[in-house]
Amino acid sequence: MKEEIIIAGFGGQGVLSMGKILAYSGLMDDKEVTWMPSYGPEQRGGTANVTVILSDERISSPVLDSFDIVVALNQQSLDKFAPKVKKGGILIYDTNGIHNRPTRDDIEIYPIDAMDATLDLGNSKAYNMVVMGALLEAMPYKLPMENVIKGLKKSLPERHHKLIPLNEQAIEKGRALLKK
Amino acid sequence: MDIKDIIRPENKVYSKPELLEEVHMHYCPGCSHGVIHKLIAEVIAEMGLTDKTVGVSPVGCAVFAYNYIDVDWVEAAHGRAPAVATAVSRLWPEDVVFTYQGDGDMSAIGTAESIHAANRGENIVMIFVNNAIYGMTGGQMAPTTLVGQKTATTPYGRRIDLNGHPLEITNLMAILDGTCYVTRQAVHTPASVRKTKAAIKKAFENAIAKKGTSVVEVVATCNSGWKMSPEKANEWMVANMFEKYPLGDLKNE
Amino acid sequence: MKEEVRLMKGNEAIAHAAIRYGCDGYFGYPITPQSEVLETLEELMPWETTGMVVLQAESEVAAINMVYGGAASGKAVMTSSSSPGVSLKQEGISYIAAASLPALILNVMRGGPGLGTIQPSQADYFQATKGGGHGDYHLIVLAPSTVQEMVDFVGLGFDLAFKYCNPAMILADGIVGQMMEKVVLPEQRPRRTDEEIRKQCPWAANGRADGRKRNVITSLELESSRMEIINHELQARYKQIEENETRWEEIDVEGADYLIVAFGSIARICAKAKEMAAEKGIKVGIVRPITLWPFPTKAIEEAAKGKKGILCVELNAGQMIEDVRLAVHDSLPVEHFGRLGGIIPSPDEVLEALEKKIIK
Repeated sequence: MKEEIIIAGFGGQGVLSMGKILAYSGLMDDKEVTWMPSYGPEQRGGTANVTVILSDERISSPVLDSFDIVVALNQQSLDKFAPKVKKGGILIYDTNGIHNRPTRDDIEIYPIDAMDATLDLGNSKAYNMVVMGALLEAMPYKLPMENVIKGLKKSLPERHHKLIPLNEQAIEKGRALLKK
Repeated sequence: MDIKDIIRPENKVYSKPELLEEVHMHYCPGCSHGVIHKLIAEVIAEMGLTDKTVGVSPVGCAVFAYNYIDVDWVEAAHGRAPAVATAVSRLWPEDVVFTYQGDGDMSAIGTAESIHAANRGENIVMIFVNNAIYGMTGGQMAPTTLVGQKTATTPYGRRIDLNGHPLEITNLMAILDGTCYVTRQAVHTPASVRKTKAAIKKAFENAIAKKGTSVVEVVATCNSGWKMSPEKANEWMVANMFEKYPLGDLKNE
Repeated sequence: MKEEVRLMKGNEAIAHAAIRYGCDGYFGYPITPQSEVLETLEELMPWETTGMVVLQAESEVAAINMVYGGAASGKAVMTSSSSPGVSLKQEGISYIAAASLPALILNVMRGGPGLGTIQPSQADYFQATKGGGHGDYHLIVLAPSTVQEMVDFVGLGFDLAFKYCNPAMILADGIVGQMMEKVVLPEQRPRRTDEEIRKQCPWAANGRADGRKRNVITSLELESSRMEIINHELQARYKQIEENETRWEEIDVEGADYLIVAFGSIARICAKAKEMAAEKGIKVGIVRPITLWPFPTKAIEEAAKGKKGILCVELNAGQMIEDVRLAVHDSLPVEHFGRLGGIIPSPDEVLEALEKKIIK
């Protein structure tokens, strides 16, 4: 098993923390994991992205050109990373603010309205967990939910542990977006 | 009367401090450093601190201070003695750590380290020997060189427009919350020597009591650098230096 | 603290490792991309647990001189910084090496020269391995490629530093500093007691306890004939380190037609490129120097035998390649590929460079 994933969007959308929760969940499931952010001036107001690799084996490069799964949360990220999905790979994108839709037919594409689903939950901070739910649903490697919860607990500071039920709810909401 | 009648323990009125090494000092005849070294050696021995004192020597004339006083020493890079002392003091809190710095070390290249160690209130003693000149390198201008004073790099006298003003770093130290005791002394008369010794002792007591940083400035002569006889140098110091650098406590908490 | 599996950034891992390996003091000044080291230490408050001292100094210069003072007193002390800050530390590092003191320095390299960028780079290879400061001296230079090695090399770095009374440097890049990986934190190693330090470091300046003779830590010796002897002693120690402590990793070198030599996280990008090459039927082996000084000269000479060419991949304009060329004596083509200024090459780019520059 090996999943090479990139999550990309605006700074402030929770891209990096979503990647961290995903990586921690993989770790709880006894996988080798890497989490490699784009860091630096890009983070401030511009785009942010994080490459997460989950694998049974020792991971070589934490930096990649092509991905099994791309999660794009704005137009810029979609334009940049849609061409980098491996043949037969998966592209998930949030339709919010997207005017140029991806046209590739050699990959699976899942447009989701994560913002809308988040608003249903009544807490905009849960946005990245809705996206995470969609990713978990789409990913061929089925990460057990109990390990995702463990990953959440490990990633979030103790004072935010009260938010775990909300996050869990958001993940289920995200999963449901794909099941539709 | 025979010489043997004179050399008797009961007649002894003065002896070399036990912590001063049996070596020739490299200081010029008439230099103030020897007297200050002696006072530090006396204070350490009298306070029973020989086994827990660490000295930090500077770059400058006192670079070899570690050859003269029989305690542990670390030789610092130019200006960095307060940083070195900070670490030793923090890592060995039972030790008493002192720096011995000249005017270049304390108020030119090491200004940041001096100010910040004092501002953090490190429990250290800083002995600052101010002779208004760079003795070691051949008599160039120091930050504390007086206006009009001739040095190798101010051959026509220090000019404010070219070289700026003499820096009273000790006054700066006194306004910092981290210092508990800041004083300016001299060693040109027996009375002033006694006062300086008392000041050094107080500074060491403060370090033991963990009251913060103590700074003892000693206004000193450099008769070689000033190109004067030792006697004339003392007179010149009294007549010129004390006006800019008046003696006395600047802070005593 | 027991052994623990965590997910963390290389920089955070360094802080945890410092505490767990029984470090006595950390002195540093913030600079991107390694400020998390100091931040994490301040958050963990080790002075409450192991008694480790943590201090934010007024500058990199002050920090390295605090390390000098701490090391002179026999304590296990360290600092960390990034390229411009490490340049500022060079005078102090030279003093530490000259005075034969153990200490650990971390450089999380960023793109230079000058203020440069804050993105990853390996452009301080020369500075780290050829001296950096003034005088004839060497640091033991360890190049981690994983977050786990960031942790392990804190322990190894201190062990080697104390074994040889010589400063050690962890030369990392922004990638391994900023990325998160699974890491096994070691069980807490107790800090040495003052008595143990006095026994282990009888040369240290920490007060003449028990009436011993005084210790003086200095690098000053104005008598040239004596200074030459001191230099020869240093060189003899460096020879010993070269003989005993050279470390490297080889991946599929045997049977390969081509060799890639790369260090740090870049070696992992090259490992991916190697896998991609294998899919095309190109057999590539990798030698990853782990100690950059001492450099694995003999290992590379051996590995190069029977190969058609070597590609050195570095995030600089060609620094380690000089040592690789010296190792193989022009016996085969050696070419360089690197990106500069903070750009990370992709595995594709590495493979393309191999094909263009070496295979042709």
